[in-house]
Amino acid sequence: MLGFRALAAVTAGAAAMLATGFAAADGHKPKYGGHFTFVIPAKAPPSLDAHRETTYAVIHPARPFYSTLLRVNPNNPADPADFVCDLCVGDVPKPSNKGKTYTFTLRSGVKFHDGTPLTSADVKASFDKIIFPPEGVSSARKSFYQMVDSVAAPNATTVVFNLKYASSAFIPALAAPYNFIYSKAKLDADIHWYEKNILGSGPFILEEYQSGAQITGRKNPDYYLKGQPYLDKITGVFANKESIQVQALRGNRASAQFRGFPPKTRDDLVAALGDKATVQESDWNCVLLATPNHSVKPFDDVRVRRALTLAVDRWGGSQYLSKIAIVKTVGGIVFPGSNLAATKAELMDMDGYREDLEASRERARSLLKEAGVDLSKTYVLNNRAVDQPYKVVGVWLLDQWRQIGLNFEQKVQPTGPFYATLREKGDFDVSIDFNCQSIVNPPIDTSKYLSSDINPQNYGRIIDRKMDDLYNAMLLEADPKKQREKMREYERYVLHDEVKQMITLWWYRTTVHRSHFKGWKVSPSHYLGQALDNVWLDPDADK
Amino acid sequence: MRGLIRAFDIAEAGRNKVMNVATTTVDAAPVEKTFLQKLGRMARRQPLGAVSGMMILIMVLVAIFADFVAPHDPVTMNFIDQLAAPSATYLLGTDELGRDIFSRIIHGSRTALVIGFVSAFVGATLGLVLGVTSAYLGGLFDLIFQRIVDIFMAFPLIIMALAIVSVFGSGVGNVIIAITIPFIPKCARVVRSSALALREIPYIDAARACGYSHTRIVLVHMVPNVMAPYLIMVTSFVGQAILLEASLSYLGLGVQEPTAAWGLMLRGGAEQFFESAPWVAIFPGLAITLAVFAFNLFGDSLRDALDPKLRST
Repeated sequence: MLGFRALAAVTAGAAAMLATGFAAADGHKPKYGGHFTFVIPAKAPPSLDAHRETTYAVIHPARPFYSTLLRVNPNNPADPADFVCDLCVGDVPKPSNKGKTYTFTLRSGVKFHDGTPLTSADVKASFDKIIFPPEGVSSARKSFYQMVDSVAAPNATTVVFNLKYASSAFIPALAAPYNFIYSKAKLDADIHWYEKNILGSGPFILEEYQSGAQITGRKNPDYYLKGQPYLDKITGVFANKESIQVQALRGNRASAQFRGFPPKTRDDLVAALGDKATVQESDWNCVLLATPNHSVKPFDDVRVRRALTLAVDRWGGSQYLSKIAIVKTVGGIVFPGSNLAATKAELMDMDGYREDLEASRERARSLLKEAGVDLSKTYVLNNRAVDQPYKVVGVWLLDQWRQIGLNFEQKVQPTGPFYATLREKGDFDVSIDFNCQSIVNPPIDTSKYLSSDINPQNYGRIIDRKMDDLYNAMLLEADPKKQREKMREYERYVLHDEVKQMITLWWYRTTVHRSHFKGWKVSPSHYLGQALDNVWLDPDADK
Repeated sequence: MRGLIRAFDIAEAGRNKVMNVATTTVDAAPVEKTFLQKLGRMARRQPLGAVSGMMILIMVLVAIFADFVAPHDPVTMNFIDQLAAPSATYLLGTDELGRDIFSRIIHGSRTALVIGFVSAFVGATLGLVLGVTSAYLGGLFDLIFQRIVDIFMAFPLIIMALAIVSVFGSGVGNVIIAITIPFIPKCARVVRSSALALREIPYIDAARACGYSHTRIVLVHMVPNVMAPYLIMVTSFVGQAILLEASLSYLGLGVQEPTAAWGLMLRGGAEQFFESAPWVAIFPGLAITLAVFAFNLFGDSLRDALDPKLRST
């Protein structure tokens, strides 16, 4: 439970947020100077190329060195639809040609840190690499841009995106924090150059990178946003263990950790630091799934999958697990609270979300009996060797399924072997899986549930064209109201009719930082708000 | 031929040495003592050994009858009682998932003892056979085998176990393998030194002269005579295995949730909630300490009881 002191700190944090939000209005100005140290709660990223990676372990250390074409408004990151220009000028452009052409005008005078000018050719080269990667080049979010036909750079300051069809998912996809703008010259010389090197045009210039240890940057004096960044120097320290992160914050060796802490750690930090700690909390655009392997018996049987989802007490789990883990919100396949998300009533009309848990479980037992499931057998739940929230949720699921007579054992594996099981080996009955996104972009975020041959990130070995058609109908729908209805049809098919996959609980983000760290605002994603150009240190806050 | 028969007589005498001594003792005793009397005498001579033996016995009985002794199901979550303090309902409190810690410790003893006994017995037995064989064969085999033992013994036990678990993966079976492998060279080295002296006793030559196979000589004539160090090693290995299992589980590489295991109970919630709910860490830690203490003490007492030099003093 959130203690009184924690509550007070949250309130103080909220007040601080409001204060900084209205900084310009009330005349308070950010302070310049200082060396900001933050903890990166991860090991070294597989590479430094954000176009190919999916982990925050590359965003947290590398984002301050790069620019993007668009970004989520750093002063209002809680609003998933508030996009602003980063390298482009003015407002986010409106489409022309019946929604199929977007023309961006770039800032002039922007330079890479090696002094070379950044032009539309660099933007085009970067997006070509993301959207149309050549053979042998990996692009993690290529599927987000299925609507893009071509990217053009008619002159040095103009970039044009031509779409095959109008799509509301395009601008959010473009604003993804992974879309670093790289130097065309470097890419032409070696398209893999950015996997091991950093050269951007962002607010900070790389000074030193020690893989898995730390990364340091100094202020970019030629940054295109005048007056920013406020900090002189930044250092990100890699620390995978939570106890080290906590000690770094408690001992003032670091001022922030941006991913989030479990509730108990928040309470401990607030108890130890008092008003020197600021807590910011938010729903989190991350969800843990339980993915049955449709290629193995008995999980190829919809009755068995339905029994699995019927056994899970999501509403109770939300109440209890939120005390000990970074999960909280009950939802469907769409980020709760966003425009296409299901309401509570709509959720409760699906199996696994209904109010009468005992009736659901009784039905689950009947379904297992009807399907002739061998209840003496022990099935395997593949899980990732990460405590928060994977293992906590995994243990909870085992308990839920045990209550309908299904026995599972956990096969907990480090990240590499965990993915190998999901992607190549397929030697699991059910697996914990996740869908974490940066920008809240429901039509794209829900592509996770497409057939496995269309989206390889669907690890359930599922091929279902009806499901794909429902998704495409929703994706291509321009009318928001109708799109919402079609999203419901798609969601109901995935979670209720066929129980292709199961949503457990959406994550809940609780960040704690030192109160002298100002200007940063929590968002629904730990991938956002990492440019660090609008944050500053206020030594007076420690007095 | 006469010389050969003489050598055989010596070998037979050597093989029966232990039995002869026992016979002499029995002959000297006016009345044969009952098992309980013998036990009482041993307890008087080795009070610490008796206490530790009792602790081990209790642990074994608790592990066997865990289903009847434990007041609650060790894996059932009861969220209404998350992190409940010790009480009449939950003798040692509950963990962050509302599971009864007392019941989990009881069932955890089963995990600890199964892993401890199996890995200690298999590791020590394989070490015994290999050590004796190495001593008996000598020469190139002994030279190469001992260098391999040197390589294995160069690694600390936990590092070796970690390496093996990272190759084979986690789970009870793999943890047993991971703990067993480092025990083999340790036992082989100790047993070899006893077997080297044994090899020089003429009855081994006699056995060879009688045409017995190497296997028979090693297993029938040599192994029974190095049982004392073997038994001592087995008991000390059980304690070490329990500690290793707990370490591996604590590091997330041993048995996995929801299996009740002491080391596993010390990670996750125990780390997170230690300050506000100390019982989640204290009692599993105490269980590990007591178990390892009991086996180490018992091993020491067994050594005292079986070592003739220590026995005479």
